[in-house]
Amino acid sequence: MEESRQKLIGENGLRIDGRKPDELRPIRMEVGLLANADGSAYIEQGKSKIIVAVYGPREVHPKHLGLSDRAIVRCRYHMAPFSTQERKSPAPSRREIELSKIIREAFEPVIFSEYYPRSMIDIFIEVLQSDGGTRCAGITAASLALADAGIPLRDLVASCAVGKVEGCLIVDLNDEEDKEGEADMPVAYIPALDTVSLLQMDGQLTEEEFVEALKMAKEACMRIYQMQKQALKQKYVEAKEAVEEQE
Amino acid sequence: MPLLVERRQLVSPGDLLAEGEYLAGDNAYKDDGRIYAQRLGLADVRGKRVSVVALKGPYIPRVGDLVIGRIVDTTLGGWIVDINSPYTANLSVSDVTGKPFSPEMVSLTKILALGDIVIAKISAFDRTRDPALTIKERGLGKVEGGVVIDLTPTKVPRLIGKKGSMINMIKQLTGCEIIAGQNGKVLIKGRNLKMVELAIHSVRMVEEQAHTSGLTDRIRKFIEEEKEKF
Repeated sequence: MEESRQKLIGENGLRIDGRKPDELRPIRMEVGLLANADGSAYIEQGKSKIIVAVYGPREVHPKHLGLSDRAIVRCRYHMAPFSTQERKSPAPSRREIELSKIIREAFEPVIFSEYYPRSMIDIFIEVLQSDGGTRCAGITAASLALADAGIPLRDLVASCAVGKVEGCLIVDLNDEEDKEGEADMPVAYIPALDTVSLLQMDGQLTEEEFVEALKMAKEACMRIYQMQKQALKQKYVEAKEAVEEQE
Repeated sequence: MPLLVERRQLVSPGDLLAEGEYLAGDNAYKDDGRIYAQRLGLADVRGKRVSVVALKGPYIPRVGDLVIGRIVDTTLGGWIVDINSPYTANLSVSDVTGKPFSPEMVSLTKILALGDIVIAKISAFDRTRDPALTIKERGLGKVEGGVVIDLTPTKVPRLIGKKGSMINMIKQLTGCEIIAGQNGKVLIKGRNLKMVELAIHSVRMVEEQAHTSGLTDRIRKFIEEEKEKF
């Protein structure tokens, strides 16, 4: 078994999907595709596909859950039953409940929730197809959906994982690298505040590797951040160009 | 102490707008001497104040705003009105009729039924309580006919234009009566169905192209061209 397993890093230093260690998967983002949500976004990162809807600020139900000084933020991360190799039960698993919580906490530093007391903001992250890195891609897309809903933000949150396979630090792991590798470290980064709002790790890294991995993660997040800004403005830039063309 | 954006430049949350002695206006915030955008919108600079005109966003009530709402429920002494905002508004009986009112004698739904549309004014609102409405002024009250369309609340000022230039132009050219609620609900009334459709189309066009320049002229041209086809 051991021999027949494909090596994760080839002779040429490239990964199983042909990427360089610090190369992201191809990313496509789309904003505002759901008519019924206040804000929405869709992201494809490699083979991972995620749709995010944001509602709010809206009235809190039941009313006693509301806070008198700020809006409450709720988040649901959910994987569709058909998103994985084996059918996943649609009931929220331990993992999904935990991810919902940490994703919510990743957004708490950026949302001006004090502007909307006694209301709530809901974030729904639905993973349609999973190939690793879904919590990070989910955060990236949820930032866009929040901005699309017109909720005041200190900044967009960009997120990317760094990991280690066969002794080599790599960025934006796919499912196989995540499962077979030695470490996986998802990071969410807020550029304007220079703050890390999510950092998890499973596996082991040495202290030097950790420092290097965090640096790589921030660089990857900055690249994703630029794409986020572009995706947000896209629709309006297009409308403006269409108008200018007419004249 | 540079200003880093031009007027009407498209900015997104977290974009650095200015550094140094500038002040943060609407939809902008200051952190450590730097001014950042809070929302997707167009940058605006007035003197030392840097702000962002948001392209999309929720409606937050302000005292004095004209809004168009829908009755969703009744209480002992009034109605609950959906005003397309995170907060539902209260309309009390005393803000509707001048006559004395006793709940045992008259059903509230005889005056305003569930689902009725009202044009109202926000009479009181603060962070701790839901907004209160009044319809005891000229031009306010139950809507008896017309079409209500939705608009992003942040684009209502654009629809109205400078001193009403945009909305008056659409009214004049289509002959329709148009009332724009600050909460993003726009009531359009007219005798001629084609003109109503044209007015709706024009409002939609304003929404889609709110961030472009020369819009009033473009809408005027559009309406005039469409009218010739009738």
